[in-house]
Amino acid sequence: MSLFDKFKPIIDIRSELDSLGIMPFGAVTEKILSPTEAIVNGHEVILAGTNNYLGLTFDPECIAAAKTAIEEQGTGTTGSRMANGTFAEHVRLEQELAGFFDKQYAIVFSTGYAATMGMASTLAGPGDVIVMDADSHASLYDGVRLSGAEVIRFRHSDAADLEKRLRRLGERISNTLIIVEGIYSMLGDRAPLREFVEVKRRYGGLLMVDEAHSLGMLGEHGRGLAEQEGVEDDVDFIVGTFSKSLGAIGGYCVSNHPQLDAIRFATRSYIFTASPSPSVIASTRAALRLLQERPGLRKQLWDNARQLYSGLQELGFQVGPEVSPVVAVTVEDRDRAIFWWNQLLQQGAYVNLVMPPASPGNNSLLRCSVSAAHTSEQIDRILAAFATLDKQASLAASDNA
Amino acid sequence: MPEYNELITRIYEVLQPFVKAEVELTEDSELVTELGLTSLQVMSLIEHIEDDFDISVPLNILPDIRTLRDLANQLVKLT
Repeated sequence: MSLFDKFKPIIDIRSELDSLGIMPFGAVTEKILSPTEAIVNGHEVILAGTNNYLGLTFDPECIAAAKTAIEEQGTGTTGSRMANGTFAEHVRLEQELAGFFDKQYAIVFSTGYAATMGMASTLAGPGDVIVMDADSHASLYDGVRLSGAEVIRFRHSDAADLEKRLRRLGERISNTLIIVEGIYSMLGDRAPLREFVEVKRRYGGLLMVDEAHSLGMLGEHGRGLAEQEGVEDDVDFIVGTFSKSLGAIGGYCVSNHPQLDAIRFATRSYIFTASPSPSVIASTRAALRLLQERPGLRKQLWDNARQLYSGLQELGFQVGPEVSPVVAVTVEDRDRAIFWWNQLLQQGAYVNLVMPPASPGNNSLLRCSVSAAHTSEQIDRILAAFATLDKQASLAASDNA
Repeated sequence: MPEYNELITRIYEVLQPFVKAEVELTEDSELVTELGLTSLQVMSLIEHIEDDFDISVPLNILPDIRTLRDLANQLVKLT
């Protein structure tokens, strides 16, 4: 027995893939050519797995804002928000986020992980209860584990199961936090948020929604699923990230609860880490403005999502339950998924390979995410790459390929 | 309020489809190391039992459950 024994399954799968010359995890982007094109592991590819939903990573206004911030404020803050790391721009971004979401309070975190994990670990504590969707993101699972609260999961997107769980709590409902997501990151399905809110209205509790994959995509103003479903007033806390539709890195929580400002100073992932660099804050502010000024980006994103989703369906692939900027092809055989991932790369399409336990259930996924920056022709090229896949292929066959 | 014997019997019933027919389930059977259940199968087993007895099993207690006896003992406390 040694400390290293528990890593053996990871070491084994890595050496298996290495021997086949396939590197799906930690693929190296050797040169990034645009928001939608790059050279990855030596192959020039269309990027179809980046979460760069609005395609803003190369937007001239975002780049100019970041450059100016670096020149005027330096490369980093070198400190926590609680010490020397709160610059005027961090405060402005918080004000702008609160304004955008039509909430009174906002906190900016250094990463999306720090935001979701931090809020999940801090809002509820020992003696409290957290009721969470079973398919919640790993950052939420990490947070609830740290919280010390009693953690109960309910079946994915099942409002009746949530109701049962809340009913069983009895008076403990007054100390209960409910956690769900907007769009789920793996299959692209939306939570039945209106039904969840109905249950919450009947039983009580506080509701936190992670809109990491729905910010900029849903709702009249792009605020996410809560806006689209008309239930923003029933959502107590919205958390999310700057690393997807806003093309940077960082996270946020917004709320109308005045206690949010005190929660800030109780959240360890806010306190014990350096604050976001000035360039990150500057490009995020620009991207948040562009998200509001250019609703056409959202329309383009959904047009592209529909094109990829229906194209993959026509090719006979098993896609997720609804059209979404996340379009995941389910592959039951893990080895076939690995082989196909490699084939797609060689055919000029980079997608994400997701294997259990990161994927829901026992299946693997070839997870695509579309961008407003994709052209219709690029979506066709992604589809053309999928069309070349041998439906009977398996990893064993690749030995002779 | 179900007692230990009722719970362990129900656990055997729910678990049987997850394991090979020739495997004999006992209170000492270990869910993961012996019966080879994946974490998904363990959660599915627990969901069945939650529905049957109208209880919610907190994730916090799972690290303390190795055998079927451990599971039944924890369920007694929750019912």
